[in-house]
Amino acid sequence: MTYIPHSPKERDAMLATIGVKSLEDLFKDIPAKHRFPNLDLPPALTEMEAAAELAELAESNENVHGDLISFLGAGAYNHYIPAVINHIISRGEFYTAYTPYQPEISQGTLQAAFEYQSLISALTGMDVSNASHYDGATAAAEAVNMAYAQFRGKRKKVVISPTVHPQYRAVIRTYTQGMSVEVAGDNAEANLESGPEALASLVDENTMLVIVQYPDFFGRVYDYAALIESAHSKGALVCVVANPTALGLFKTPGAMGADIVVGEGQPLGIPMWFGGPWLGFFTTKKAFVHKMAGRLVGETVDSRGQRAYVLTLTSREQHIKRERATSNICTNQGLLALASAVYMSVLGKNGMKQVAELCYHKAHYAAEQLSKIEGYGMCFPEPFFHEFVLCCPKPASEVNAHLLEHGILGGYDLGQDYPALKNHLLIAVTEMNSREDIDTLVDALSEVDHE
Amino acid sequence: MNTPANLKYTKSDEWFDSASGAMGITDYAQSQLSDIVFVEILVEVGDTLEAGKAIASVESVKASAEIYASASGKVTAVNSGLSDKPETLNSDPFGAGWMVKVEGGKAADTMDAAAYEKYCAERTH
Repeated sequence: MTYIPHSPKERDAMLATIGVKSLEDLFKDIPAKHRFPNLDLPPALTEMEAAAELAELAESNENVHGDLISFLGAGAYNHYIPAVINHIISRGEFYTAYTPYQPEISQGTLQAAFEYQSLISALTGMDVSNASHYDGATAAAEAVNMAYAQFRGKRKKVVISPTVHPQYRAVIRTYTQGMSVEVAGDNAEANLESGPEALASLVDENTMLVIVQYPDFFGRVYDYAALIESAHSKGALVCVVANPTALGLFKTPGAMGADIVVGEGQPLGIPMWFGGPWLGFFTTKKAFVHKMAGRLVGETVDSRGQRAYVLTLTSREQHIKRERATSNICTNQGLLALASAVYMSVLGKNGMKQVAELCYHKAHYAAEQLSKIEGYGMCFPEPFFHEFVLCCPKPASEVNAHLLEHGILGGYDLGQDYPALKNHLLIAVTEMNSREDIDTLVDALSEVDHE
Repeated sequence: MNTPANLKYTKSDEWFDSASGAMGITDYAQSQLSDIVFVEILVEVGDTLEAGKAIASVESVKASAEIYASASGKVTAVNSGLSDKPETLNSDPFGAGWMVKVEGGKAADTMDAAAYEKYCAERTH
């Protein structure tokens, strides 16, 4: 049975329209031998056999739900995901990735997006949130696009902290190639011990945007208010890449004066999977809303005086503004935005704070215990949230190999991105790590030392 | 539709007042765009305008448009108040809705009011 809906007559009409005699002619530019290559495939399996084979392949994965104890973070965090999230997002009314293209008939979808925006705005302390981007890295790159549009291309420099996630910095460079944008501040010689003040000296009249991370890639928590004030005095905007879990506990970037706050929404009820699909959140001040990319849902009143939801300020978007739009990247993270909205509403303000406190205290217990092991120590003295840099007596890769033998997924090997930190592990601790887990890690590392 | 007789008009629906050097969008343009929600003037005082080059970007609830200079000349004033009150373009396009003023302004490819009225009438059918 074929599912091709066109009749031979319709096909002939289409071919005649474009001036091609036969279907064969349409593909004549592709050499005949490549058109139907002989694929060397094993005999077909039955569904039952295929399922068994795939299950066997999947067995070789080691997961963090029983197989391994994980202390790996670096942008992806192992948090508890309440069961209700999957139940709600699996409902037929919601089960689509897209914000619909004829949106107003889908009031439920729009209301969910509106509530997501409201929750994210409250969490970041900002005026307005869009309906999401792909992930934290692309949201950070969109902040550069927005700043570029805000200054109409007249300012060309982005100052970025070396302790913004290395992959986010790589994505920003990918996005801005060909835009004649200079990215400064995060070169290999950058001082990783100096605080945010060091960045201020790089901000000049040509700087459109300063980007910092909160907590930074090493887990450190800084108040960026002074840096933001200093950047504003040069007319530059400031973007804070924030961890949403940390925002349940700490001062919001909005309260520090940030112009744009972006981040990775994965910690808000989305599995780590294999690095995605996740969720990028993007918020800004009301003054910049016309330069913000992405969809935006607003609340209004319909012709009968009832509360209703609409896509708002759509004329700034790509389908109307075309090549003059701030960005031509749309998003299909609607379902994941819904998951995070359910997460935030189920936990509530107090629940978000509790999760953050659990992470904070467990991470500090781990740091204290690990520092007692001979040869190990805390790399930085600054306050931290749920991640910290541990100095090791040998290369991090060797320490991790040893830990894996003990059923522990160790920290992130910082030598991959920071050559000076070859013997350093970035350790993440969340509410999912019990005291026993942490003690197991400490015991395993104490053993390394005696080898 | 209002079409003041003392002004010059472009095919892209901008007006130019050679007496004051002011320029903006026409009544026809604002009615086609419907409710205007955002105005961004793209030029600054001191800039030299070339007729036909973009001077502003306008967004309404249903459309987005570039506004082009109806005359060349040196910019002497920019109506920065429009960004806070974009609806002025709907209510008073020929008065408070002026966008940019130039000195030594020279209109290019413009029509008089009668020709412009005829041009608009042709397009509404």
